[in-house]
Amino acid sequence: MSFLSIRKVVKRFGDVAAVKDVDLEVPQGAIFALLGPSGCGKTTLLRMIAGFEQPDDGVIVIDGVAMNGVPANLRPTNMVFQSYAIFPHLNVFDNVAYGLRKNGLSKAALRERIEAMLTTLRLEGLGARCADQLSGGQRQRVALARALVKQPKILLLDEPLGALDKRLREQMQLELRALQKTLGITFLLVTHDQEEALSMADHVAVMSDGRILQIATPRELYEWPNCREVADFIGEINFFHASVKEIAGESVACNAGVLGNVTVPRSAFGFPVAVGDHVLLALRPERISLVESGAAGGTLAGEISDASFLGDRSHFHVRIAGRAEPVFVASSGAPPQGPVMLGWDTANFIALPFVD
Amino acid sequence: MRKRALVFYAMAYLAFLYLPVLFLPLFSFNASQYIAFPLAGFTTQWYTALFADTAMLLALSNSLKVGVLTAIISTLLGLLAAKAVTQYRLKGSGTMLGFISLPLFIPDVVLGIALLLLLATIGLPLSLATVVLGHLCLCTPFALAVLIPRFEGFDRNLEEASADLGEDAWMTFWRVTLPLILPGIIASLLLTFITSFDEFLIAYFLSGTQTTLPVFFWSQLRFPARLPVVLALGALILLVSVVLVVLAEILRNRGVAPDKKTIGA
Repeated sequence: MSFLSIRKVVKRFGDVAAVKDVDLEVPQGAIFALLGPSGCGKTTLLRMIAGFEQPDDGVIVIDGVAMNGVPANLRPTNMVFQSYAIFPHLNVFDNVAYGLRKNGLSKAALRERIEAMLTTLRLEGLGARCADQLSGGQRQRVALARALVKQPKILLLDEPLGALDKRLREQMQLELRALQKTLGITFLLVTHDQEEALSMADHVAVMSDGRILQIATPRELYEWPNCREVADFIGEINFFHASVKEIAGESVACNAGVLGNVTVPRSAFGFPVAVGDHVLLALRPERISLVESGAAGGTLAGEISDASFLGDRSHFHVRIAGRAEPVFVASSGAPPQGPVMLGWDTANFIALPFVD
Repeated sequence: MRKRALVFYAMAYLAFLYLPVLFLPLFSFNASQYIAFPLAGFTTQWYTALFADTAMLLALSNSLKVGVLTAIISTLLGLLAAKAVTQYRLKGSGTMLGFISLPLFIPDVVLGIALLLLLATIGLPLSLATVVLGHLCLCTPFALAVLIPRFEGFDRNLEEASADLGEDAWMTFWRVTLPLILPGIIASLLLTFITSFDEFLIAYFLSGTQTTLPVFFWSQLRFPARLPVVLALGALILLVSVVLVVLAEILRNRGVAPDKKTIGA
């Protein structure tokens, strides 16, 4: 049995169901991310785990104990709020000490434990500072220290890096990962930023409209999304409508419209498939090659309609005949001049079910 | 030139507001029964006479009782209403707030007579308690006006963070909510106290035989010989009012009360 177990949890606000029948198993000692656009129910789910909201239906079990009816102050979880919620009337030391009042520690032991936590989070010497004398990164560390000093079974993080600028965010991603590895505490984080989820988490659950679409490792999510929404939400991707013509052994022949006939391996389909099915064939921009017209490796003629240079790579929009949407291509090479050809390896296609 | 004109205007404005008021303390130290220039010399005899007056001392103690009780009750009512209005989405809270503030805009004479009629109808005898009731109508809007901004500038996550860190609702109020709104509470106590302490009309209607200080002040004006003593009393009331209002304003505008105590230090 897993460490945190969410079974058939439902939460309604008035007539609106924010979380619909969610099942989730979170293993111990890893970083688990709930990823989804705003309003998908991920924060509501987090708040139900913390005890700020009660589920209308279903069970939340932490380390074998059902949490139904257990108030937030008695749960073995601690939270890092998006706003950090540092107590403005207390200094850093007292903020970190806030949750230890009932621990029965001697003053000396308390001080030692807090100082140790401040050192772990590189806040040593800042104990006497007030919240308004801290930088954004320091405030976040105080929020982390205050939660972690309680030694929670699960640390909940609500959009932990949302308020930081890009450089600091990347630094804190690394620090949070390192911190989790050192402490071994289970981290459950909520984010709408796919890069944040992919780079930090060991496992990611993608949520949309109150449901979980897919639970997988970041690499699996990127390589093998199980539906159009996940493929679209994680990174960039091109979709091509196709119909299944023939299934022979391990290869599936499809008529992919503008791409012509494409034969993809059976393993590209993560779902049962039959002749005549309407499916989507998806291709990541960096898996499409862009060559000059007439050169080897090109299959389909096109024309570059837009190009943007991003330093280590360039993004191209390529118009092809018979398709309104341009094809999105990412390439590290210099842009070819004049008419171009698009090429691909059929092994890189991701087949997804088509849902109207 | 323009700037000097503006400075002159500002000075004239302040003089118009405060010069008449300054006559009170000025003549309260004047060694003559007559309120007229030239001044006759410095004396503190009127203040000595004032504090020898047992009727005045009784009125003072009545006013203190009414003021303290009014301040505590109206601040408590304001606290509950401010929390409800700012932290829960209640239907009709705007209308409720309007009704609570209405007594501020009803002439005190009308309010006083209305309350007197009401008390007479239900047969409640006039006493200091009825004065407190009347003053609550006037003071609760003040308490609300001071406390609502305090709650509005309050991150709700702070209370959730406290719960998350293991404290129940009561300890959360004690350790987080109260310290953060304390300056507002003190400002409200001071403002409502001074509003009640200075109030004359409603007290005049509702006090019965137990007079408050402003009512006593009014009654003394009938005796010309007592006028300098009344001026001394007026000067003292003025001093207390100004000090309390200034204090309340300082507290009201202060961001957050710094908390110096440190656990384990």
